[in-house]
Amino acid sequence: MMCCVCKEKEAKVHLTQIVGDKMQKVDLCEGCAAQKGVNDPAGFSLADLLLGLGASQEMEQANGGAEVKCPNCGFTQADFKKAGRLGCSECYVTFSEGLEGLLKTMHKGTKHVGKVPQSLQQSRDLSDRLKSLQKKLDKAVVDEDFEQAAHARDEIKATREKLAALSAS
Amino acid sequence: MTIHEFLVPPSEIAKREGPHNKIVMSSRVRLARNVKGLAFPGWAKKAERLRILDSIRPAVEALPQMSDCFTETMDNLTLLDKNILVERHLISREHAAKNAGSGLVLNRDETLCVMINEEDHLRMQALRPGLQLKQAWQAIDTVDTKLEKKLEYAFSPDVGYLTACPTNLGTGIRVSAMLHLPGLVLAEQINQIIQAVNKLGLAVRGLYGEGTEALGNVFQVSNQMTLGESEPDIVERLSKVLSQIIEHEENARGTLLEKKTKTVYNHIGRAYGILANAHSISSKETMNLLSLMRLGVDLNLFPDLDRALVDELFVVTQPNHLQKRYSDKLSAEERDLLRADMLRERLRTVSRPKPKAGATPPPSDKN
Repeated sequence: MMCCVCKEKEAKVHLTQIVGDKMQKVDLCEGCAAQKGVNDPAGFSLADLLLGLGASQEMEQANGGAEVKCPNCGFTQADFKKAGRLGCSECYVTFSEGLEGLLKTMHKGTKHVGKVPQSLQQSRDLSDRLKSLQKKLDKAVVDEDFEQAAHARDEIKATREKLAALSAS
Repeated sequence: MTIHEFLVPPSEIAKREGPHNKIVMSSRVRLARNVKGLAFPGWAKKAERLRILDSIRPAVEALPQMSDCFTETMDNLTLLDKNILVERHLISREHAAKNAGSGLVLNRDETLCVMINEEDHLRMQALRPGLQLKQAWQAIDTVDTKLEKKLEYAFSPDVGYLTACPTNLGTGIRVSAMLHLPGLVLAEQINQIIQAVNKLGLAVRGLYGEGTEALGNVFQVSNQMTLGESEPDIVERLSKVLSQIIEHEENARGTLLEKKTKTVYNHIGRAYGILANAHSISSKETMNLLSLMRLGVDLNLFPDLDRALVDELFVVTQPNHLQKRYSDKLSAEERDLLRADMLRERLRTVSRPKPKAGATPPPSDKN
């Protein structure tokens, strides 16, 4: 088995870290292990190791080795390798493929759970409402309940207007 | 108004009380936020950072929570000012290194502090004395909800609030508590606790956060993961772990007092002896000995000493606070002398620790 950092020497240090219900394995040669401070279990975190190296490597692989540049801010994966930080919020779209694996190792999940800006929450609620009204309308048409259908149609119109007003503001 | 005229005196801050403040010195919740489309502070050029600061700062200053606030750009603060803010735990070391293009907005009672263009465009934190994580979260949540009406946040429905470092992605929340754990340190159980806490995906750090030493037996415990778990869940999980650590610390103190009475009294008595009588003392030694005196207060060994005085001394004996009191630039040696003078003066009226009657085993015949 090859060292997963230098990919040159044989791996002699094998690490397994379990956080929550996720397991991560890393295989290192002696040189890389010492360099990463793996000998000192207190000072070592798998996430740090993966953050420093894994992410940019993963990005390179995901993009077939071609240099990808963020169209919004000009940030490259080489910059990420150097800084460990991204350039702007658009970088999350630009480098999404390479980041996915990294996020898995760092966090509890890869889908956001929690606070959502109110404006977004409102538009989300409105689109949900629109969907259920559409169903109501379809059912009313099938049932030939035209009074109900007319009512649903009016509500759909009002909801669409609210949604449009929200995205315009 | 200068930052020094604005800051609440450490003696006042030290008097603030909160639940479990024997062990939990303070609670803090910070949120990381960025403005959509703009380069993060670490990548933005100076001109862009200045523009970002100019657009964010008025929005923060206009918050009702920030009426009567202190607001300044980092280039207008001296290095000493910034270091004092670090010693007060109001800004990070990283922010203290910033200059033009970064700013700070601090509310009147120092319970709310917003750093502009630190690692993210916005790093806002709510602070509370004692164990009050939920209250701190609610306070910062309210501020955040107000700000999102004025600033367009970088947010993705998939991965949440977008941050410069992927480690903060999602909720952008860091919930932390500063704990005083002399019992676990003396009982040599602290490493076990740190390892157990780490296994739960929580971080344990030193007095000034990432990569710093646990001076004065003070540790910071915080969440590490920010994506895939909601803010209230993170607050709840940390609260549960903290109440366990508090229990372990109390047990460790109880056991030490029962089984190693002499060792504990010896540590505390020596700490008092040195602090009240030294003529030269370093900041590090001061913190470690003050920690033992704080333990002594908790164990009722100092009937005429208030914990608030110990907590105040924790702050005012630090290098930059000491430097601030004197106009001439002090060398480390000069500071050590002045620190010792201050400690002797402030502890002059504190009588030596009195072990409780019955708590000390009777001397054996051999002595």
